[in-house]
Amino acid sequence: MSRTEDVLADATPTLTTTPAAQAGTDQRAGAGPAGVPRFRVAGLGVGFTRAGTQRQVVEDLSFDLFPGQCVAIVGESGSGKSVTARTLVGLTGAGSTVTAQTLEFEGRDVRRFSGRDWLRTRGAKIGFVLQDALVSLDPLRPVGAEIDEALRLHGWGSRHSRARKVVELLDSVGVPSPRLRAAQRSGELSGGLRQRALIASALALDPDVVIADEPTTALDVTVQAQVLDLLAQTKRRGVSILLISHDLSVVARLADQILVMRGGRVVERGTAQQVLTDPQHDYTRALIAAVPGEHTRGTRLVPPVDGAEPAPVPAPRAAPAEPVLEARGLVKRFPVAGGLRRTAVDDVSFALHRGRTLGIVGESGSGKSTTARLVLALTAPDAGEVTLLGEAWSTVPEPRRRARRSSIAVVQQDPLSSFDPRWDVERILLDSLPAGHGDRAVRARRVRELLEQVGLGEEVLPRSPLRLSGGQRQRVAIARALGSEPSVLVLDEAVSALDVSVQAQVLDLLADLQERLGLSYLFISHDLGVIHHVSDEVLVMKDGRVVERGSADDVFLRPREAYTQELVGSLPRLADARRDTTTTTLTSTTGETR
Amino acid sequence: MTTVTTAAPALARRRTRAARPWTLALALLLTAWFAVSALWPHLLAPDDPLALHLDSALAAPGPHHLLGTDEAGRDLYSRIVHGTAPSLAIGFGASLVSLALALVLGGLAALAARPVAAVVDRLVEVLFSFPSLLLALLLVALLGQSALTEAIAVGVGTAPGYARMVRGQILSVKGSPYVEAAVTLGHSRTRILRQHVLPNAVRPLVAVFALSVGQSIVWASSLSFLGLGVAPPSSEWGALLDAGRLYLTHAWWLTIVPGLVIVVLALTATTLGKHLQTSLERNDR
Repeated sequence: MSRTEDVLADATPTLTTTPAAQAGTDQRAGAGPAGVPRFRVAGLGVGFTRAGTQRQVVEDLSFDLFPGQCVAIVGESGSGKSVTARTLVGLTGAGSTVTAQTLEFEGRDVRRFSGRDWLRTRGAKIGFVLQDALVSLDPLRPVGAEIDEALRLHGWGSRHSRARKVVELLDSVGVPSPRLRAAQRSGELSGGLRQRALIASALALDPDVVIADEPTTALDVTVQAQVLDLLAQTKRRGVSILLISHDLSVVARLADQILVMRGGRVVERGTAQQVLTDPQHDYTRALIAAVPGEHTRGTRLVPPVDGAEPAPVPAPRAAPAEPVLEARGLVKRFPVAGGLRRTAVDDVSFALHRGRTLGIVGESGSGKSTTARLVLALTAPDAGEVTLLGEAWSTVPEPRRRARRSSIAVVQQDPLSSFDPRWDVERILLDSLPAGHGDRAVRARRVRELLEQVGLGEEVLPRSPLRLSGGQRQRVAIARALGSEPSVLVLDEAVSALDVSVQAQVLDLLADLQERLGLSYLFISHDLGVIHHVSDEVLVMKDGRVVERGSADDVFLRPREAYTQELVGSLPRLADARRDTTTTTLTSTTGETR
Repeated sequence: MTTVTTAAPALARRRTRAARPWTLALALLLTAWFAVSALWPHLLAPDDPLALHLDSALAAPGPHHLLGTDEAGRDLYSRIVHGTAPSLAIGFGASLVSLALALVLGGLAALAARPVAAVVDRLVEVLFSFPSLLLALLLVALLGQSALTEAIAVGVGTAPGYARMVRGQILSVKGSPYVEAAVTLGHSRTRILRQHVLPNAVRPLVAVFALSVGQSIVWASSLSFLGLGVAPPSSEWGALLDAGRLYLTHAWWLTIVPGLVIVVLALTATTLGKHLQTSLERNDR
């Protein structure tokens, strides 16, 4: 939703015209692969004209895409990477201006393509895989019909041979029992299966090029690993892949060449290994440093701007004192169709100690968010108990709980929907102060203090959260959570929707606040790297149960359980660039059906 | 270097249609006219609307009588101007009744304890299964004929649809993350209801109200046309329409003109409502 805004906002500083000449002399790093490039792009510029003003969103972009090669474009929201992908297939969008010295697909200038040329090219020669298969697939049609249509439109075979081909394709992308799956609608498939079905339809006509725009962003790590393996296999068959991603570690797994984009310009390019292990540009270095994980524990993700002061490493946290939050044998069941009850949370126990962080990690549907709701007493457990600051919490009636709610606060995943749409920042923060918090002047002062704590200025007070960036919104959400001076903060996927550099800033902020205010965090995330970075102790959840628990390093570096090992093994790492990607094979697809 | 510009005529056209300021200007102008004729009808039509001029009965529209006269020689223009007040009163009254009822029923269905909510839900569904006009007819039959009962009848007739809407609005706000956030801040149920649920659930109804006024006037006119509205000497537009029906073959203006006025008023209210809705939505996004 805010994506388009970000594109425009971030593109503003680059409002200049395309420099024409130098791109021709551009040295393409590591131009090794044999053969004729499928895509040749030189000096590409894309601009949009809106309300009479011209905005340049891509400038002077050049690359060649060879057979069997993967070129990755990496950048944050608004860097122009998705616009580039759309431009290559002639779908730049309304009011756009495309300029280039060369923009060729298989030797032909795509700017001269007629509508008919595009119809013959898209789908048949260029396959497209988009981020969210749920919106890319028609919810009312079986996925088999979706793939069949791609074949039919390009006049492929008879009805019977197409039906066979559909099953074959689904099988080839690792969809178990493809005949059955072909008859199901996209809503009946899990996220991973949907994404595979989408890849199957992109591969249906044996395209020469696959353009994958954030193909794994919406997926859990184990599924992500499967999809990346699938794309790697495709690449080995000689298909060229243009991979668009914000995630350097995903790119590391697949790319031969990497282009790092920022504000519509390429700031760094080179082989995957060069860029990831020996980045030259400050921005690339900052991006790589901002990725949280094992190596970033106890350090700041964003280096201080002036570089004068070394990043302060927080002192080792004090030995565990009394638990501030305790869960014992929590069980929560939900009714499902057919009078059955699904157990969302099954016998979960943990203790969170003062000033420490307990991470809960798990894939979607593992019960981690339900656990958060139980801890916040937004829903009552069917069995078990939560105690807060040593007193009964989940078992007391809500009116008695209300006065004590100030000691536990939450930061939700999507800050925007967590604010009343009619309110500005000032109203949101004033509302968070506990009743009887002094007179008007005292409250106003406290609001400013809260803003200062989260690194925001007073100028945001009269603004609606709609007019703030994603990072600013999450800071306001954190400020609101701090309003009642809680001792426990529940962070439910609180940084998951943010760009990696913004995420790094927010994680640093949370670390500072923890140290200054002695907060205890219950940190819930699907992102293993984030959990490893922030947590003292970790719970790994699967199907409502805790499968493994221990200190962060024990769980992530020396996992005991098979599931944890699979999770950790699926995690793409920057170091993967050093590994030969061709040795990875399609991992098991069991447990993926729904 | 070649330049390719992709224009998007479809999108551009849609944007202008959404804005179109002249419809708003026209609607505001007409609103002003209707307001003056409702509040100070003598400014626009100084003649007595009920004065009989039997010598010029059923005169066609012309210089003497701008919109013609009826069977008793009453000037149609004056009657329409003086009929604005009762017509608008019924329209607004019916809308108020309708939305008040919808708020109560929808609010109960969404917020009350389960047994109460279930009963209210069923009641609304039963009311919903009656066509609105039939429901209104039933009420007029029960309560007798008058401007007040007409407003109540139309209001009750159209309430079930709005009640469903209010219920849905309240439920969606109640389940929203910002209400959840307010719960975790330790706010009481009544505070959350007053601060978040009601304002956010009622806000879209502002536009619905404007739409509903236009619709109610049409419904009220239909009742009058069926002879179940305000008694004949009144200049209420539906009643005019009903009276003119008898002379349709040789005095078309008696039917067509009040009919057109009703249409124009309904369109005006609808246009205002639409603009209100888009401006509210624009503030939201």
